[in-house]
Amino acid sequence: MSERTVKLVIDGREVFAKPTDTILKAAKDNGIYIPTLCYLEGLTAYGGCRLCVVEVKGNPKLMTSCTTPVSNNMEVITNSPRLNKYRKQIIELLLAERTHTCSVCVANGSCELQELATRFGVDHTSVSRNWKRFEIDMTHERFVLDHNRCILCTRCIRVCDEIEGVHVLDVKRRGKDSSIVIDLDEPWAASYSCTSCGKCSAVCPVGAIYVKLKPLSETKKKELPEFVVERRRR
Amino acid sequence: MTKNIYSNRLPVVQQLREANELSEYPKTVSDKRIILIDKTIAAYGYRRDALLEKLHVAQNIYGYLEKKILLHISEKLKIPPSQVYGVATFYNYFKLKKPGSHAITFCLGTACYVKGAEEILSAVEREFNVKRGETSADGKISIFVTRCVGACAMAPNVIIDDEMIGKATKETVLDKIRSLL
Amino acid sequence: MKPEEIQKIAEIEHDMRMAYKYRIKVCCSSGCIPFGAQKLLKAFEDAVKELGLQNVCKVARTGCVGTCSVAPVVLIDPGNHLYQNVKPEDAKRIVQEHVVNGRILEEFVYKNEAYFSKQYRLVLRNAGKIDPLRIEDYISVGGYSALAKALTQMTPEQVIYEVTVSGLRGRGGAGFPTGQKWNFVAKSTAKPKYVVANLDEGDPGVFANRTLAEADPHAIIEGMTIAAYAVGAEKGYIYIRSEYPLAIQTLKKAIEQAKSYGLIGDNILGSTFNFDIELRLGAGAFVAGEETAILSSIEGLRATPRPRPPYPAVSGLWGKPTLINNVETLANVPLIILNGGAWFSKIGTPKCTGTKCFSLTGKVRNPGLIEVPMGITLKEVVYEIGGGVPEGRKFKAVLVGGPSGGCLPESMLSLPIDYESLTQAGAIMGSGGIVVIDDESCIVDTARFFIDFCMDESCGKCVPCRAGLPKVREILDKIMVGEGTEEDLKVLEELSYLIKDASLCGLGQTAPNPVLTTLNYFKKEYLSHILDGKCPAGKCNIKRMEVVKK
Ligand SMILES: Cc1cc2nc3c(=O)[nH]c(=O)nc-3n(C[C@H](O)[C@H](O)[C@H](O)COP(=O)(O)O)c2cc1C
Ligand code: FES
Repeated sequence: MSERTVKLVIDGREVFAKPTDTILKAAKDNGIYIPTLCYLEGLTAYGGCRLCVVEVKGNPKLMTSCTTPVSNNMEVITNSPRLNKYRKQIIELLLAERTHTCSVCVANGSCELQELATRFGVDHTSVSRNWKRFEIDMTHERFVLDHNRCILCTRCIRVCDEIEGVHVLDVKRRGKDSSIVIDLDEPWAASYSCTSCGKCSAVCPVGAIYVKLKPLSETKKKELPEFVVERRRR
Repeated sequence: MTKNIYSNRLPVVQQLREANELSEYPKTVSDKRIILIDKTIAAYGYRRDALLEKLHVAQNIYGYLEKKILLHISEKLKIPPSQVYGVATFYNYFKLKKPGSHAITFCLGTACYVKGAEEILSAVEREFNVKRGETSADGKISIFVTRCVGACAMAPNVIIDDEMIGKATKETVLDKIRSLL
Repeated sequence: MKPEEIQKIAEIEHDMRMAYKYRIKVCCSSGCIPFGAQKLLKAFEDAVKELGLQNVCKVARTGCVGTCSVAPVVLIDPGNHLYQNVKPEDAKRIVQEHVVNGRILEEFVYKNEAYFSKQYRLVLRNAGKIDPLRIEDYISVGGYSALAKALTQMTPEQVIYEVTVSGLRGRGGAGFPTGQKWNFVAKSTAKPKYVVANLDEGDPGVFANRTLAEADPHAIIEGMTIAAYAVGAEKGYIYIRSEYPLAIQTLKKAIEQAKSYGLIGDNILGSTFNFDIELRLGAGAFVAGEETAILSSIEGLRATPRPRPPYPAVSGLWGKPTLINNVETLANVPLIILNGGAWFSKIGTPKCTGTKCFSLTGKVRNPGLIEVPMGITLKEVVYEIGGGVPEGRKFKAVLVGGPSGGCLPESMLSLPIDYESLTQAGAIMGSGGIVVIDDESCIVDTARFFIDFCMDESCGKCVPCRAGLPKVREILDKIMVGEGTEEDLKVLEELSYLIKDASLCGLGQTAPNPVLTTLNYFKKEYLSHILDGKCPAGKCNIKRMEVVKK
């Protein structure tokens, strides 16, 4: 284990981090909150949701803290009116992108998107919402994939590929038409590679993949098991 | 692969099959043309990174990428099928549906757009009742849209079955298509 | 092959050329082929044979000279006479008059001197001069002597030094100093290293790189090989979009020829340096030109960009150090090595050296491909080279930098073309697209067209670009049918800033440029749609007013 040899300043506080740490890790270890959504410790960072963006002094661009490694004498700002405005807008865009209706969602109360919306005070969306209906795959005997609630964070894809090691899921199409796909775009029940391990439902931050007839609070895990994370860190 | 993990799912699969919701692919493709694909795969030494090259070859041979071909490539290269599907659907050039017998490609690049390609395209859509990117119900014509065919100086350009029509107008294009049908 | 042999080939070629009094060169690039260039080539060959002039007159193919609007074109040497709109039927008459009677056929002559006088052809130095399918032609005009010089007389450090001194900056869009980039890759210790030549050119309305590949493929290969020598790479990829079949063929052939001459492969020119080039095809994705997405694509994955750091110079293809350069950047390199970095740095402006190719299209009299020194003003490009907008129409705006460029009004035409000035004005250099629009086009519609393009091409990885662009488009749509409000303009602007600042890659970071620049320079037109229910160009179909009238 390497030592905490890198000195950086986060929000005016001097902190120490390991050379391999990301800004997010350094902040978390020091009790500084940075919102995240696509990031899950133990999976490769994706950098897609852009909620974790921070300002790094001397860099005109915003950096995602989940992917940017720390460096000596770095000065980071995690919390500014500009950043929070962008975060709020991103949450609004996510809510407007598909039909996120909390009151009829299995994830109501344990949804990470909902939590973030509350935290950042998103009480309405300034852009018009999309009411297009996406399909719901209920063919599997235990799991449901509801595209209406998917935010394309790809946690399920990564956990399936990196932890379970089968890569049943991927993204099809691109841009606004992207969606999660099972094998060659088959109903879940017909997937010949799925092992029904259920990891995807455990890591889904919203209610897009869930276990039938079970309360989400029972099946959902906010983190991967510590030992998995430990092993993957090496 | 052990059978028993999957066996409990078979009734559902059966139902879906009966309801015709599931494409059936044979495990082995009995088609001579597949050998050509296998040859390219071997020529690239089964390297996974040249997936795009193989999809190009497959599309050149078959005209489009059927699911069974994708599955074949996926098994040969040992790439998960969902990944192959993800790649094939990401790139616009790959077609997963059988195209019509006449391909009409509209350039909607900047130069062509500025010079009114959109109007010609909508006229064609209306007259033949086909939307862009789709094939007409009778399978006769497909309309494709591309961004820039590189003859901007002659904009707007329409390509009808490999023949380029430069400085196209509504009339010339409609007449040309009518003459094909 | 030894360096001296290159010299010998050049001499033999030169003698062979001198044996012919006339050279008829038919442009066989993508611009001319749809208009019958190949038939024309055949017609000229036949005509020469028929008139028994095989020993006096040589017919050859050549690359694009840039005057695509008068395709197909034919050049006759000596004198470099440019004939335009030539039909196969005319071939015999032209040969008869020009070669036999020594008379120039005025009716075919391209008369627009201004089109060429303002240009400075550096990258496209051989376009229209050599036969792109013959490596000997390239060698005869001094090709591969830069490679020989680099390999035999220079160390990799010296090569990088010359490129740094030249001030050459990336032509792919961002304008990053090339010498500095090479230095980063050279310093990375991991092996193997890779060189990627970016020929994805997905911008609609841009065809400079294609023209280069079709007219002078060996310049790309030579530049790439020198780059590989400088950074210590052994393997190179040319990533080319599949929509360019002719360029693909030309490059394939060029790579084969270079291999058979031992100019790429093992022990190049008798040195210990090995370098191999492989061609990779794209498949219709604009974002694949982005420097990290191109890596994913070459690895056979979905072309989604990766967060940086780590930069490709440290961890690129398969996690190894990778140099990614645009082909136009690479084509400059042989010249810099031959003539010295100091020579190159005198062209253009002090901060922005060299030249840049632009595809000039839209409502101008002389559309085509041009190459101009950096620092030239937009006015010179649009009015002097382009000849201004056609009769009876009024200039409205010029779009610089492709789909994510900026829309600049008449008052900005005195802007010099260099990276900083363009960025400051809200545009970008991009891949070098200049589209002129006139008063027939609606500004809101134009902005929507570009947003539409970027939305279609967005990879869908990051939220601002994937979910934000459709909303921007929705608002523009609303304005176009007359249902927009002033509140919408505010939301539009805020969304644009979010997408610009928070997106993962250059696609999202530049996609709102057309909206932001039009909001800045043409706000009146937006307001006229919203408040007066009128489209100044008469293009948008504004429903609201119809309803009110009824
Ligand atoms: C969306 C997007 C598309 C791009 N497309 C191209 C392209 O088609 N060709 C190219 O050379 N560079 C393209 N680039 C720029 C590359 O990312 C990269 O900067 C360039 O290839 C580096 O080469 P250079 O230093 O020689 O400019 C694109 C960038 C973005 C963000
Ligand atoms: S958590 Fe860093 S981008 Fe999503």
